[in-house]
Amino acid sequence: MRHTIAVLVKDYPGILAKVASLFTRRGFNIESLAVGHTEENGVSRMTIVVEGDEKVLEQITKQLNKLVDVFKVRDLQAQSSVERELALIKVSTNSLPVQSEVIQLVDIFRAKIVDVNNQIMTIETTGVEDKVNALIELLRPFGIKEVVRTGKIALSRGSKDIFTLKKTGE
Amino acid sequence: MKLSGAEILVQCLKKEGVDVIFGVPGGAIMPVYDILYSEPSIKHILTRHEQGAAHAADGYARATGKVGVCLATSGPGATNLVTGLANAYLDSVPIVAFTGQVSTKLIGTDAFQEVYICGITSSITKNNYIVRRVEELAEIIKEAFYIAKVGRPGPVLVDLPKDVQLAQTNFEYPDKLKVIGYNPTYDGHIKQIKMAAQSIEKAKRPIILAGGGVIISNASSELRELALKTSIPVTTTLMGLGSFPETHSLSLGMLGMHGTPYANYAISDADLIIALGVRFDDRITGKLSDFGAQAKVIHVDIDPAEIGKNISVDIPIVGDLKKVLKRLNEAVNKKEHKTWLEKIKEWKKKNPLKYKNDEILRPQYIIEKVYEITEGKAVIVTDVGQHQMWSAQYYQYTEPRTFISSGGLGTMGYGLPAAIGAKFGCPEKKVVCISGDGSFQMNLQELAIAMGHKLNFVVILINNSYLGMVRQWQELFFKKRYASTNLFGSPDFVKLVEAYGGTAIRVSKKQELYPALNKAFSLNEFVLIDCLVPEEENVSPIVPPGASISEMLGVD
Repeated sequence: MRHTIAVLVKDYPGILAKVASLFTRRGFNIESLAVGHTEENGVSRMTIVVEGDEKVLEQITKQLNKLVDVFKVRDLQAQSSVERELALIKVSTNSLPVQSEVIQLVDIFRAKIVDVNNQIMTIETTGVEDKVNALIELLRPFGIKEVVRTGKIALSRGSKDIFTLKKTGE
Repeated sequence: MKLSGAEILVQCLKKEGVDVIFGVPGGAIMPVYDILYSEPSIKHILTRHEQGAAHAADGYARATGKVGVCLATSGPGATNLVTGLANAYLDSVPIVAFTGQVSTKLIGTDAFQEVYICGITSSITKNNYIVRRVEELAEIIKEAFYIAKVGRPGPVLVDLPKDVQLAQTNFEYPDKLKVIGYNPTYDGHIKQIKMAAQSIEKAKRPIILAGGGVIISNASSELRELALKTSIPVTTTLMGLGSFPETHSLSLGMLGMHGTPYANYAISDADLIIALGVRFDDRITGKLSDFGAQAKVIHVDIDPAEIGKNISVDIPIVGDLKKVLKRLNEAVNKKEHKTWLEKIKEWKKKNPLKYKNDEILRPQYIIEKVYEITEGKAVIVTDVGQHQMWSAQYYQYTEPRTFISSGGLGTMGYGLPAAIGAKFGCPEKKVVCISGDGSFQMNLQELAIAMGHKLNFVVILINNSYLGMVRQWQELFFKKRYASTNLFGSPDFVKLVEAYGGTAIRVSKKQELYPALNKAFSLNEFVLIDCLVPEEENVSPIVPPGASISEMLGVD
């Protein structure tokens, strides 16, 4: 089973390596990892997607909690959180019919064309992982030259924030 | 008044009550040494290798319960600490290591003697810090000592770039710390403690499994109270030796791979395991699926990550053992377990620890005699291997912090420097280092410390001319193919010690042992006794790798 874990960490050079090496050392596999600043100065937030059963999730949470520079660890349930991923997709569009087909797909997916010339279009899309996957699959036949994805980021729904969510592994 | 980083470090060490540091100087840490040179209240012990410094700090910490401190230069100095840090991490020993580092401007350039020690040690320290600005130094040092000793203790490393040691700032030692990310739970959940008490009430064949956590938490008297009030037998892990008096009838000694047969039988037959400050290492569980198969498990530990890590737990209690046991002792009723204790008595009678007590000088006999002559009151520091297991089996520990050994990492070469650390920590106590000829040669350079500082402790060298434990495995599991385990070329250990200016006695016959021990313990100086024992003596019993712990070889 896949789990999305939100982790608040002290923002300093080296923290990413510290967290990532914990996953490697304990044999946990990271599927995606997104990290950035938060509303609080000096605090970064990581959204880590991992594969594993409940036992694995429990160990990950507990081991993360042991790191002194990790402030909070929360397991975010899909049904009670907003999840997004952003992708940039560069597609070959070297004829007019192809261009119009791609534009149609972009419309259907409410994506955006952010760069275009005679040869390529670069499409920006945000959404849940499945949506991004679906668009990539539909664009594949035209010839995808490059894809970059941010990995998932997530926030809990409603007025609760990461500090008030039910703690796991504590 | 402004102080330099090096001065601040020394001031902070004084504030933390540090009286002894083990270390080796070098280019990138020289400003600190320059300040230490004129600081009378902190004794610096120059070990001959940084690994020795880390182990000495570790031995000091285990013997005293205080934080051990070691100091090294950048690059090779820092990497030489690594084994010692890993050793302390696995056994939850509070030490703070300070390392020199190249100047901040040079970091990342592969400068002379530069390594990224924080990266190297991130998985073997509780936390580590690189101090980039002198203004943050005092707070980092305070935090380092705090993190090292609170909750589940462990090693912490502070990396000090040379320019930070020289830079100046106003010094103020912070009174309070803001550590957001580390808040151990001390009081166990009262509901869980009540549930544990109920399970103890109902249990017919309960057993207490006591680990190193009992000693760290200073909870030996609470453990004793629990065992005596409820008549529950106690077995300990290697790290737990000394947490419960082995001379008591409720003691089952050590369990596990080289545990007593009765401890292994009892835990396999138990219907309730009360696990206190243990981490269910594979050396005590044997085949996991068979371990405590019939038992409910209560697990008390201050580290939540230990609970449910290796075996599933019915009643988890996160908290400090001393506090939890105090409450548990109030919640339990007086019990008697006549049938259960009768059964254990039979096991003890039928399957005691045994060895061939003939005319030959055997290692088990040596340990028994050391026990007799020290009246069980010495601080025993061991190395790693067969002699370590014999020391665990044939010496009876009655007090916490009297058995000091590398458990989790199994670091050969730990014994001598750790004994030195223990002696510095407890100069009034009798310290005995029990080592093997393999282990001893991994850090024997530290003999110089024992001589230079006139430390009076005794080394019992169990000399069987082999890396004995590996040889035993080769005998049992690799068809006696003794690949690279014969230690030919070893020195004459008596002459070696004499070369250092110390006293050494060689013993090869049984009747020579007692006089030698007598002499060693009556002299007020360092003495090594080189005991020549049979090459092919085995540690018995042994649970073969992968087997259940009730399936021991060497038990009738």
